[in-house]
Amino acid sequence: MAETISMPKLGFDMAEGTLVRWVRNEGEQINKGEVLAEIETDKATVEVASSASGVIRKLLVDQGAVVPVGTPIAIVGAADEVINDQLPVISEQSSVNSVQKAASGESREGRGAAPIQQTAVLKASPLAKKIARENRVDLSQVKGSSPGGRIVRRDIEAALAAIPTPQPSVHPAIQPSDQFVTMSKLRAAIGRRMAEAKQQAPHFYVTHEYRMDALIELRKQYNAIVPEDQKLSVNDFIVKAAALTLRQFPNLNASLKGDKVLQHGQVNVGVAVSVEGGLLTVVCKDADQKPLRQIAAEVKAMAARARQGKVRPDDIEGSTFSVSNLGMYDVDEFIAIINPPESAILAVGTARETVMVHDGAMWPGKAITLTLSADHRVVDGLPAARFMARLKELLESPAGLV
Amino acid sequence: MREAISQALWEEMERDPKVFIIGEEVGVWGGTYAVTKGFYDHFGPERVRDTPIAEAVIVGSAIGAALTGLRPVAELMTINFAFVAMEHIVNEAAKLHYMFGGQFTLPLVIRAVSGGGRQLGATHSQTPDAIFAHFPGLKVVSPGTPADAKGLLKAAIRSNDPVLFIEHATMYQARGEVPEEEEVIPIGKSKIQRPGRDVTIVTYAKGLEISMKAAEDLAKEGVEAEVVDLRTLRPLDLEAVLESFKKTNRAVIVEEGWKSFGVGAEVSARIYEQAFDYVDAPIQRVAQKEVPLPYNRTLEQSALPQAADVIAAVKEML
Repeated sequence: MAETISMPKLGFDMAEGTLVRWVRNEGEQINKGEVLAEIETDKATVEVASSASGVIRKLLVDQGAVVPVGTPIAIVGAADEVINDQLPVISEQSSVNSVQKAASGESREGRGAAPIQQTAVLKASPLAKKIARENRVDLSQVKGSSPGGRIVRRDIEAALAAIPTPQPSVHPAIQPSDQFVTMSKLRAAIGRRMAEAKQQAPHFYVTHEYRMDALIELRKQYNAIVPEDQKLSVNDFIVKAAALTLRQFPNLNASLKGDKVLQHGQVNVGVAVSVEGGLLTVVCKDADQKPLRQIAAEVKAMAARARQGKVRPDDIEGSTFSVSNLGMYDVDEFIAIINPPESAILAVGTARETVMVHDGAMWPGKAITLTLSADHRVVDGLPAARFMARLKELLESPAGLV
Repeated sequence: MREAISQALWEEMERDPKVFIIGEEVGVWGGTYAVTKGFYDHFGPERVRDTPIAEAVIVGSAIGAALTGLRPVAELMTINFAFVAMEHIVNEAAKLHYMFGGQFTLPLVIRAVSGGGRQLGATHSQTPDAIFAHFPGLKVVSPGTPADAKGLLKAAIRSNDPVLFIEHATMYQARGEVPEEEEVIPIGKSKIQRPGRDVTIVTYAKGLEISMKAAEDLAKEGVEAEVVDLRTLRPLDLEAVLESFKKTNRAVIVEEGWKSFGVGAEVSARIYEQAFDYVDAPIQRVAQKEVPLPYNRTLEQSALPQAADVIAAVKEML
């Protein structure tokens, strides 16, 4: 039975996605879970996996087309299956076509070439394909110079040389004269969402300092005995602590929907990851139920994918609370804007050596300052303060986290 | 190369009294290609044995002698006559060690003259090297320089396995440096005969001669070809080929035999299998035209692969 693959919805507010590239062609065999296409959303370029195994019978949209969420994009089935009369997809093709038309009307910046015909086989040498894959070069945008238009190594190298070296993203050099820089889709989306959150959600903030000596010592001991790739970060502890604490504070793990508050049944903690040109929130699902090790491994893998632009739909969907950590960049503390439609976010500063005072005695120790931003429409100051106090029990006596 | 082969035989016969020569006209006449000139007078009729014109007898009796512990070097006037002795070469020489559980060793060398280009007609001009390389149990060696011929023939005579040692008919006049000191070159090791960076030419024997000439001409046009000499067809060593290919991403395989089912087919398949991600252009094969080799000199030369064919194949890929 043929199966239809549709444009996935990769976030609460995603309405459409751009089909950047077909990774596989019509007639190829594909297994469930293998990457079929790359799509670009407001947030990122993500890979879409096939939800079925079989032969790719038909690709329903061209590369470059903007496709509404839920619209069929491909049909996977048996090689000899008759697909035309048993699938409703074809009858819907008119709407897909109108989408394609709308899309082809827009000039896609930096990509002058018309969408290539999917029926044509893209000719490239194995070496050229390998280099293109490694450098994320879209072969459909490269002109082949070998007989028959085959793309070979020198064509990829020429394409790579033509791409300007990206500016260092952290400290872009100041140009001597004023200049306009076009916003990336991601930049624009961040701007829109943050403006919306800051304007609509009445933020209030609760700041708390925590002693970190015990946690840092525990982490040191743990990391001393595990391999490099299994080491824990301070952030992993904070994600786990926040997740466990959130169970008792349903309105901090909630979304405002019209006149109702949706209290989420899962605790899915988003972790903000800086990427080229912006940031993404990767989501650790059910973080309250996962061991620290697993949280660390998942976040590390998702962050790596996000930085490589290879993020999967599942990586960035469904967060119910977020943690934003600038601790590695030497900040005392900072205040974050809530990531809509969540109702709270936790901002993490740098763990620093400081003077501890207790009962009139002073001693040196390490402390970290966390600030919770919360949406006053959903939650009040008292539960927020209690949340921060409860967090202290876990962060200062971290045995409860492992 | 004649002199190098002759030296190797002479030195090995002096070194080991078990080594002897058997073949047509090898004794009194001194060899059809004059490789064994003077051997009969020096080593005597016991160790340089003339035979009737019967290749099955030459190979068969050499196998018998090898089984008793002697080290025969059987000479076939041309490899085309090996077909008469095919039963002995394929079903006995290549298999006895295996079929008797290793009880016997077969320290046998069959020297055979291969190749076209001397207007000897279709039945005496073939280059059927690949056929023999097909059979496990038989080592197949075919040098492209005098130094390699000497070093590899010494290794063949000292080997306890049956070795088919193929000499190209038009290369006896080939000149080249041969080291003063003794050199035994291990069988089954290919060699880079000319370094380069743009394309890998894989070849052996007569193919080496035309490939080197092609490489020189290409260099004048700024194309640096790396020439890898297989030297041995079985066991086939592709280490140098793959290393070179990973650098150049392009290969031409040059052989004198026919293209179908040949050395080029084998080598290119192995490159695709082992270095697929390094392939930047379809691998090219230069070989003999698919006809029985003509007698007419002009036709014969146009059927045999030439340096110009190698150059054209290289340019096709760049």
